[in-house]
Amino acid sequence: MILAKTGNEALAYAMKQINPDVVAAYPITPSTEIVQIFAQYVSDGKVDSEFVAVESEHSAMSACIGSAASGCRTMTATASQGLALMHEMLFIAGGLRLPIVVPIASRSLSSPLNIHGDHSDSLASRDSGWMQFFCESVQEGYDTLIQCVKIAERASLPAICAVDGFILSHCMERIETFDDEPVREFLGPYKPSWNLLDYKKPILVGPATMQDYYFEFKRSQIEGMNQALPIIEAVQEEFKQKFGRGYGIIEEYGTEDAEAVVLLMGSACGTMREAVDAMRNQGKKVGMVKLRVFRPLPHKLLKETLAKFKTVAVMDRADAVNSYGGPLFTETTSVLYDLPQRPKVLSYVYGLGGKEFSLADAATVLEQAHAGKKEDLVTYVGVR
Amino acid sequence: MARLKDLCKNPELFSSGHRACAGCGEALAVRQILLAAPQPVVGIMPTGCTEIFSSIYPHSAWQIPMIHTAFETAASTASGVVAAYNFHKRMGNIKDDVKFIAFAGDGGTYDIGFQAISGAFERRHKFLYVCTDNEGYMNTGIQRSSATPYGAHTTTSPAGEVIPGKTMPRKDLMEIIIAHNPAYAGQTTIALWNDLVTKVGKALAADGPSFLNVLVPCPLGWQHPGNLTIEMSKLAADTCFWPIYEWENGKYKINYEPKEKKPVEEFMKPQGRFSHLFKGDKGKAIIAEAQRQIDAQWALLHKRQEAFGA
Repeated sequence: MILAKTGNEALAYAMKQINPDVVAAYPITPSTEIVQIFAQYVSDGKVDSEFVAVESEHSAMSACIGSAASGCRTMTATASQGLALMHEMLFIAGGLRLPIVVPIASRSLSSPLNIHGDHSDSLASRDSGWMQFFCESVQEGYDTLIQCVKIAERASLPAICAVDGFILSHCMERIETFDDEPVREFLGPYKPSWNLLDYKKPILVGPATMQDYYFEFKRSQIEGMNQALPIIEAVQEEFKQKFGRGYGIIEEYGTEDAEAVVLLMGSACGTMREAVDAMRNQGKKVGMVKLRVFRPLPHKLLKETLAKFKTVAVMDRADAVNSYGGPLFTETTSVLYDLPQRPKVLSYVYGLGGKEFSLADAATVLEQAHAGKKEDLVTYVGVR
Repeated sequence: MARLKDLCKNPELFSSGHRACAGCGEALAVRQILLAAPQPVVGIMPTGCTEIFSSIYPHSAWQIPMIHTAFETAASTASGVVAAYNFHKRMGNIKDDVKFIAFAGDGGTYDIGFQAISGAFERRHKFLYVCTDNEGYMNTGIQRSSATPYGAHTTTSPAGEVIPGKTMPRKDLMEIIIAHNPAYAGQTTIALWNDLVTKVGKALAADGPSFLNVLVPCPLGWQHPGNLTIEMSKLAADTCFWPIYEWENGKYKINYEPKEKKPVEEFMKPQGRFSHLFKGDKGKAIIAEAQRQIDAQWALLHKRQEAFGA
């Protein structure tokens, strides 16, 4: 069915179709609507879910962990300070290998307070053992959230599905939705390999470990993240077979003969596509590489993809405040380091706190990438 | 009224061989509570002494399902577990009636986990929250909590040349919990085992969130010999330092009236954490103030029993 939905409405609608067993959530701008629309689905009997309106995001994630450990398909939704408040519990969900799925309307972090879109929240959580998907459009957000549930359960890893706050969360788009039944068929029932509530076979979840076991647990978790990439590919393919829309871990645009590309994530990819078209019409060989999956970092694929180009301009919608560019920039340079012939890599930080990223900004970045040089290592796009 | 003859026939659900200190009151509380709890029961615990001494991988002292997440999360994790149970029950995946008990220390309850317990009780999740209260952060090496009593020495309320230990009385957690209108709330201690197991039965039969505040002496933090744990627990009740009472359906009931209310010195004297108070006049004044607080609290509790009693 074709519907007009904002990002939040589409994500809440996907949640309705996923019909999770338990949702424990706390509202925060710009993801509040996901929670309130879902609460209405619960009150109207449209879903089977237990809804727990917790008193904070910390408790939201703790309750999600309790629920997921008790054999329930479990979701929440959050953003920004909410994800930051969950931070401690994100690591515990990751360490326990619980497939909790969280749609996020990405937003900046205080201070100063700002409610608008950037990637500071998810990227600050990058080391917590969660898969992270960044979506370009409302349609992609809807599709990806459904995929995430299947990927998370198959990989035994939690997943964040991020749409840019306001830019997508509050932007109405024409989207193609599926019927409930095919979505539920696609996901199938949740069959965890263990369940706290299996009281006839009591288990201890979340033990303490000493020097003799901690590292082994973490190594096994890392291996789980390694093994998630083929799972993501497989689920993307299954999704394409069933619903007809295909996605890649990395997607290229206008790169067939390109010498310079821009690497980026999220809604700015849409702007960049237009800028790429305009430049290519002028005969400049530029393109775009969209990274859809930030965790697990598809390092081999990223290296193979970027090795073909002379220049890669990396755009971060977050800054690590480390004086050396954003997270995607440092990870990209590290991925490319052992290539015998490395592309030139340029760093751009853009759009913090929802600062508009215009076509003109995109064109400037593409021009500099095309020229293969700029004065400063890190450029802050559009800062007054 | 439970009988030891019957209780000792129940399966031990908290195994021996765990790593608690000799004379640990908390381990005794967990064991007594699980002896009295109807099965099946599922446990939730935050980070703390109990978690550390019961669950170091690859060992576990728990014969029941148990989950540990973080320090401030006993009640919030329990909320998720109970929500999951409600889902499974509604869907027919689970047929039996399962009970849920969260075991948390005073750090995880009075302080860092305080918001979570308030939220969970407001949402009416049906589980028993047990605070095994040893009056300090003993797991990290005896720091003060808001359950630490007036005058006690801890490593963060040290008795010094100028400041004589903790200068504030403890938080009245029972009253705060009662303000949440729980399905049941009781306060007791391990020496009064029959009172404890009776309260466990009531709390688990109640339809909603229930709470037990169980005083558990800590030989390490209180600085008394490990063989005096039960004696300290008994003295806490006999001095009315730790009133034994319950709140049920809006009514207060004092469950233990000492035949002779002993002076608080008798409770304090054997404990190293109060030893600085037994040197000089300044200490005497603090003990007198502690006694005044205890008498006032005991009188207030009687007034509450009269006003809101049976």
